[in-house]
Amino acid sequence: MKKLSKLYLALVMLFLYVPIFVLIVFSFNVTKSRSVFSGFTFDWYIKLFHNELIMKSFLNTVIVAVIASVASTVLGTAAAIGINNMKKLPRSIIMQGTNIPIVNPEIVMGVSMMLLFVFFAARMNFEFGFVTLIIAHITFDVPYVILSIMPKFRQMTPNVYEAAQDLGCNPVSAFFKVILPEIMPGVVSGFLMAFTFSLDDFVVSYFTSGTTQTLPITIYSMTRRKVSPEINALSTIIFVVVVAVLVIKNIIERRNAVKRGVK
Amino acid sequence: MKKLTSAPYILWMAVFIIVPLLMVAYFAFTNDTGEFTLDNLAAVSQYSNIFIRSIWLAAISTVICLIIAYPLAIILARTDKSYQSTVLMIVMLPMWMNFLLRTYAWMTLLGNNGLINGFLGIFGIAPKRMLNTQGAIVLGMVYNYLPYMILPLYTVIEKIDKRIIEAAQDLGCNSAMTMLKVIVPLSMPGIMSGITMVFVPAISTFIISRMLGGGSNLLIGDLIEMQFLGNSYNPNLGAAISLVLMVIILLIMTILNQFDDDEDRVLM
Repeated sequence: MKKLSKLYLALVMLFLYVPIFVLIVFSFNVTKSRSVFSGFTFDWYIKLFHNELIMKSFLNTVIVAVIASVASTVLGTAAAIGINNMKKLPRSIIMQGTNIPIVNPEIVMGVSMMLLFVFFAARMNFEFGFVTLIIAHITFDVPYVILSIMPKFRQMTPNVYEAAQDLGCNPVSAFFKVILPEIMPGVVSGFLMAFTFSLDDFVVSYFTSGTTQTLPITIYSMTRRKVSPEINALSTIIFVVVVAVLVIKNIIERRNAVKRGVK
Repeated sequence: MKKLTSAPYILWMAVFIIVPLLMVAYFAFTNDTGEFTLDNLAAVSQYSNIFIRSIWLAAISTVICLIIAYPLAIILARTDKSYQSTVLMIVMLPMWMNFLLRTYAWMTLLGNNGLINGFLGIFGIAPKRMLNTQGAIVLGMVYNYLPYMILPLYTVIEKIDKRIIEAAQDLGCNSAMTMLKVIVPLSMPGIMSGITMVFVPAISTFIISRMLGGGSNLLIGDLIEMQFLGNSYNPNLGAAISLVLMVIILLIMTILNQFDDDEDRVLM
């Protein structure tokens, strides 16, 4: 039984990793062939870094993701505090609304916002670009921030906020000294989720970006045109970065767990 | 007083989620001069074959994901605690890679000059047409959305109290019976959220069908995209298709939830 489960796990891993592995191997191929490996080269990486479009769209992606994730973290944290203090009915209505962007198909979110922006663009004389992209990203990011903060309130000791005020804090400093530290893990994980969703988003951006290109949009147009191993090189870099980030995150978590254990 | 801190968010969601969705409904029921019409919704019926194809392919992919993910989730839940999180991370890692690149990987593997055909060629097997088929679309969906099925299943199965399983065995259940009578019913919420998380993106995708299905296997997503950014610009028709898509998803989810509730009642 043990052996059978290991075999099954290995087969699924094979299915998940072979395509990525093949992409990586062929990023070092001399020719453009996708089935015959004819020699080792770094050329595609050099070409990639000289590709202005890719570099520019990478920069765009980072700008949009940073602004959208910071804004949605602020908006979402404030919202979570407010929602937490609501009575049951308004609270469940708002939470239902918060779920809409999560359960609705991405393409519908994309086209619905596109319709809104087209309407305003015609009347207020602005163009699709950074502003529409950032608004769209904030819209699909905020629900994740709220959903990752809300459970933290339930874990919080009740009445500490009042206690802080009794002990002489004004509401603002009571918030910063008592509530914020308690919900901070939720705020951080919400921010990180928002950031990664923004970095990775294609569908909503595709409909709301106009001519501004983010990296996923550029990748899409690259895959539509002739095949170039530059995409493989880009995939390899992204994969290495992702692995590095996750490994570091795991190490930090493990260290923290050990520290807690020592205490 | 503190409720007011959520006011900016509520305003934001009203303007950028509720209003746009109402605009979809408005566009669906009007023509390009803004007059009320049912023509768009009537025109959607022309594309019923595309709707059926999308529902069918998304359903097959969801079932395959469930079949692959369920045993895997059980194996993961039974893995030694000390390296459970590491194994889980390795399973989830491909999900962090950009979606388009993962799909592109299959494009290069399945192509006529791709690696799989190259491999078959060694044995003298003539190149098979694998890219631009419905099978390729299903493969792309399963590959891309499998982690969405694994994660909720694992979360639920991992939380099942081991004592319940032992109790079932004490009371004479063999392993198949324990599976059927204890583990599957208790993991129902995970199954439901897994199905939702795979089915919704699968039925509405336009990337997978475009990259792996060629031009001949259009899905609902392609149809919508064509009305807004493609050559057949017609936001009214696009809105009508989007509206129908949302209704279909809502209906299917309601039916599934019904099923979930029944299971709970049986348990009680």
